[in-house]
Amino acid sequence: MSSPESVLRAGRDPYHIGHAPSTGAPEYTGHGAGGPAPKRIVVGYGFWIFILSDVILFSCFFATYTVLIDARNGGPGPQQLFDLHNTALETACLLLSSFTCGMTSLAVARHNLLWTEITLAITGLLGLTFLGLEAHEFHALVALGAGPTRSAFLTAFFALVGCHGAHVTCGLLWLGTMMAQFPAKGFKETIRHRYLCFSLFWHALDIIWIGIFTVVYLIGVITP
Amino acid sequence: MTLLGKLTLQAIPLNEPLPLFSGLAVVIIALAVVAWVIAKGYLPYLWREWITSVDHKRIGVMYCILAGVMLLRGFIDAIMMRTQQAMAYDAPGFLPPSHFDQVFSAHGTIMIFFVAMPFVIGLMNVVVPLQLGVRDVAFPTLNSVSFWLTAAGALLVNLSLVVGEFDKMGWLPYPPLSELAYSPGVGVDYYCWSLQISGIGTLMTGINFVTTILKLRAPGMHYTRMPMFCWTALASNLLIVAAFPVLTATLAMLLLDRYVGFHFFTDTGGGNSMMFMNLIWAWGHPEVYILALPAFGIYSEVVSTFSNKPLFGYRSMIYATMAICIISFMVWLHHFFTMGAGADVNSIFGIASMIIAVPTGVKIFNWLFTMYGGSVRFNTPMLWAIGFIVTFAIGGMTGVLLAVPPADFQLHNSLFLVAHFHNVIIGAVLFGVFAGYMYWFPKAFGFTLDERLGKWAFWLWLIGFWVAWGPGYVVGLEGMTRRLQHYDVAEWRPWLILAEVGVGIILLGILAQIAQIVVSVRTRDRRRDVTGDPWDGRNLEWSTASPPPPFNFAVLPDVTDQEPYWDMKARAREIGQLTRPEPEYEPIHMPRNSPTGFVTAFLATVTGFALIWHIWWLVLLGLVGAYATFVVFAWRDHDEELIPVEEVARLDRANRAARSAALHHRLLRRETQRETPE
Repeated sequence: MSSPESVLRAGRDPYHIGHAPSTGAPEYTGHGAGGPAPKRIVVGYGFWIFILSDVILFSCFFATYTVLIDARNGGPGPQQLFDLHNTALETACLLLSSFTCGMTSLAVARHNLLWTEITLAITGLLGLTFLGLEAHEFHALVALGAGPTRSAFLTAFFALVGCHGAHVTCGLLWLGTMMAQFPAKGFKETIRHRYLCFSLFWHALDIIWIGIFTVVYLIGVITP
Repeated sequence: MTLLGKLTLQAIPLNEPLPLFSGLAVVIIALAVVAWVIAKGYLPYLWREWITSVDHKRIGVMYCILAGVMLLRGFIDAIMMRTQQAMAYDAPGFLPPSHFDQVFSAHGTIMIFFVAMPFVIGLMNVVVPLQLGVRDVAFPTLNSVSFWLTAAGALLVNLSLVVGEFDKMGWLPYPPLSELAYSPGVGVDYYCWSLQISGIGTLMTGINFVTTILKLRAPGMHYTRMPMFCWTALASNLLIVAAFPVLTATLAMLLLDRYVGFHFFTDTGGGNSMMFMNLIWAWGHPEVYILALPAFGIYSEVVSTFSNKPLFGYRSMIYATMAICIISFMVWLHHFFTMGAGADVNSIFGIASMIIAVPTGVKIFNWLFTMYGGSVRFNTPMLWAIGFIVTFAIGGMTGVLLAVPPADFQLHNSLFLVAHFHNVIIGAVLFGVFAGYMYWFPKAFGFTLDERLGKWAFWLWLIGFWVAWGPGYVVGLEGMTRRLQHYDVAEWRPWLILAEVGVGIILLGILAQIAQIVVSVRTRDRRRDVTGDPWDGRNLEWSTASPPPPFNFAVLPDVTDQEPYWDMKARAREIGQLTRPEPEYEPIHMPRNSPTGFVTAFLATVTGFALIWHIWWLVLLGLVGAYATFVVFAWRDHDEELIPVEEVARLDRANRAARSAALHHRLLRRETQRETPE
């Protein structure tokens, strides 16, 4: 601390409270002090932040659902409405699609176009089946007179599960676009980054579904 | 279903001349500006250099311009409200209730979402990458999309002046009043859709800046070397990422209630309107700190620079910032103490609200101690900072008072509360962005703003604010509730007339600011900032030219100190030359311009308008168009352009020459000072 500039600074700030030393090796090896991170890290990290924000969006719908679960307005409750067989099929589709999505990641890492397209197509078909099953469930509920306008409980149920379904729909649009991009553009860096984000998104939707499966369906059928 | 949904000619308020004519005037002025731009042949330039620009500095400037224009709109609303209340003692005044209600709702909505937010985000855009010593934000095109979506939201709010009506229940549409049964008009829909659109823009800004600050910093810039403004920007953007999805979800629920008969917040079907208050304030209270924290960062920069001292208690400032960031999520219930949550819940939230005053107090003392013993220069940014400390300390104290639940039961929904939040939002946020605007203007444009008019503006604003809102505290204590279109209490009247005078003084302040821009632009050749460092600054933004080249830094700076540029200047003075020899220049890849943001915002405006008026085919068209835009953007092959090495070398050599000249000038001055003993 005897270099001229530190003397200069000490004179201006005699107490020198709360300052890192101005010279010499840094005391703190903070993160990311080695300069800007590579593009892949930046893209993946930014998308993670987006997923976190999306999780918060879902948490609002989860909170709303748990607040409104008893607001039946004289209408049916979870035990009368939920069919766990359908839910089990939906869960199986979605979890399997996460597995095939992981296979796509392997294929993309090996720049194997054929397997990339095949596994993406299976992922997409499983996603479509999931959406079909969900639409079937919604349709059956509405036919029973248990649509979202029946009671606040059903409002919250349709909004939470529907919000997840809307995300899956967007994911499928994205998936279709990626299936067109791989053959058209090849395994360019930007395309691979985009796929990285897609797979993060798809897996995150699985995690959300596990939450829905537990909070809505499983807890729903055991509580009166 | 008709082709135009609910939209008919009756949507144009032909029977209400005031909004009609003001709206038409805005339309005519806007068309005149567009015509002038086209006639002068500026359109290609604007399109190439601004509208499609993905440069963070340009986007930042556009955010600030949007905020400035919307400030005028929001301020006209303020004048109308103050005039109405000055007139409407035992009289109807000049604004009928339905119009008065729209005016106070639009005022709040515009001032928070389209003035304070874009101004703060604009300054972050201009400054944060420069302070971090990097070339752009993490996602430049996304940044452009964010800006244009914010502009689209602002456009929709203003459209409601001419086509239809705006929300009439305040800046937060509380159900059940905002439900379809009680608000069948399009006002609430205008509110919800414009905020959904601009809210998505804000969320993407949050993601962008969190990633930028955490992943893109110059080599050597540890967290404990980041400028205070970057720290507060980080805290603010973390809050955006955590809070804005709550706003999106809440408004989506209200829209589902209104559009398809759901029962989230209705008073039928088991809906729960209290849930809306909880959700909206779970976003709303962090929002206050999303705005205030960057302003605190600006004060930290300004106070340190103009006191010629490092910021006092830098570490404690970081702790205080992050403490506020976290505690701001634990106080939302103080916005509705009176709604019957019970004494235990109210006490916890009351205490949490008071605790926030502790880190805020730490900040205030840090600024005071930074000034203490410094050689303070009273330039305009510093005046705003000092005016802020005094104003904000008082506003903060009334806030602590309101955090006491029994006191809040008396003061709730009174003008005392309204005076309090104007005291902190004008006193902290607005003064802060004005300080930042004065401080960084030369960096963005390459010339300084007129100091004399700046000081006039400051004093007029400061005095005007107190004359306008001091009376608010008084009438609040005398029992005046907020949002009164007319009243019959004689004691209130003199105070409300005084408040009207205050608004007049603020108007003079705004005129001084406009005059300041005009005068400064006209005399810009005399006020060029040739050194790039007009205030003897301490952080990296002052180490590059004013205005900075598109790539900001020819070579990323090497950070070895908590005040990197001050450190560089000190070392340069010791060795008598610039710290770095001329580097070997390389061509630089920069992201290519893209109309994606503009096109997305255009489609968002169309879709939003179609949703408000139930024009379903247009909604579908807008959504398909949005998807097509994404695909077109995803399909492009060249997303970067190359700045040739000669251009890089030319720009950087000019900057180095200016630095060198400034350094030798300074050394020479020091020599002469040494010859005359102190």
